[in-house]
Amino acid sequence: MTETIVITSGKGGVGKTTTSASLASGLAQRGHKTAVIDFDVGLRNLDLIMGCERRVVYDFVNVIQGEATLKQALIRDKRHENLYVLAASQTRDKDALTQEGVGRVLDELKQDGFEYIMCDSPAGIEKGAHLAMYFADRAVVVVNPEVSSVRDSDRILGLLSSKTRRAEKGEGPGAQQLLLTRYNPVRVEAGEMMSVGDVEEILGIPVLGVIPESENVLAASNSGVPVIHDAGSIAGQAYADAVSRLLGEDAAMRFVDAPKKGFFKRMFGT
Amino acid sequence: MSLLDFLRPRPKNTANIARERLRIIVAQERVTRDGPDYLPLLRNELLEVIRKYVHVGADAVQINVERSSEGEVLELSVALPEAGKATGTSG
Repeated sequence: MTETIVITSGKGGVGKTTTSASLASGLAQRGHKTAVIDFDVGLRNLDLIMGCERRVVYDFVNVIQGEATLKQALIRDKRHENLYVLAASQTRDKDALTQEGVGRVLDELKQDGFEYIMCDSPAGIEKGAHLAMYFADRAVVVVNPEVSSVRDSDRILGLLSSKTRRAEKGEGPGAQQLLLTRYNPVRVEAGEMMSVGDVEEILGIPVLGVIPESENVLAASNSGVPVIHDAGSIAGQAYADAVSRLLGEDAAMRFVDAPKKGFFKRMFGT
Repeated sequence: MSLLDFLRPRPKNTANIARERLRIIVAQERVTRDGPDYLPLLRNELLEVIRKYVHVGADAVQINVERSSEGEVLELSVALPEAGKATGTSG
């Protein structure tokens, strides 16, 4: 049984690729054979976040166009032998991905026994984003607690419920969950940032996870190691929790409350 | 909050403003999102026509698409200003 999950958002720069890399790594860490695919044709970046940019020989478009086999194009992760990356092509031809071709690659992955296929969507609502979500059984909508990101997420939710294969077949939209990134509980408490509850209420779908703002996220992408491997960081731990929930386990929501200040801080601030 | 915070100008609770603005715009966009692409345009043109005769606000025209087994129904509602307050002008 294979589950195809799209990581999408509408807006750019909210953490789709960071999330794809960490959730895929987490699933592999938990023993599941996982593939993570970059759908951002022309702007390949998942390879950098996964730290395999120098090992890309063939890409997604090569496979679709028959210039390489899927086996040749899949890059095995350095840390987990059951995790594979399929890089996006750097071609400028936006029509390089076809619905038929993407469907064929996903079917082949299913036959190869992959349990999870993670589709890292490009920003926007163009073809790449459409194809990333089209075959998905489940969607994780990455959102920042900020007005433009929330509005774009709602737009994406509309597309998910009408422009996917499931929707076309009348099977309903499939599971949809929110993943909040760059969450800052201190600013939420100060009334400067919308809370998890606010965003959940506006968008009307449940929350898979909340990733606190953390300097470790940039450090992780700098070094090409998905932040979930940084078990000492709160962002890494929050992603690990999200993976547990993805697997249907109960995990209490952590890092959503501001740390209590001591007496000195309360008197004199930070 | 610390003692020193009283000396600083405090920003307003902008999170509440964000939440209220999003509630309204998201609700508005959801109504038209499942319908045909021309709905927002249709709504604006209708608003212009109505404004030739009556002064109404930008949110006076509401459009809804209802789907049933027999087909789609385009539902239009126009909120006219209260009698007395109306300042109708002829186009």
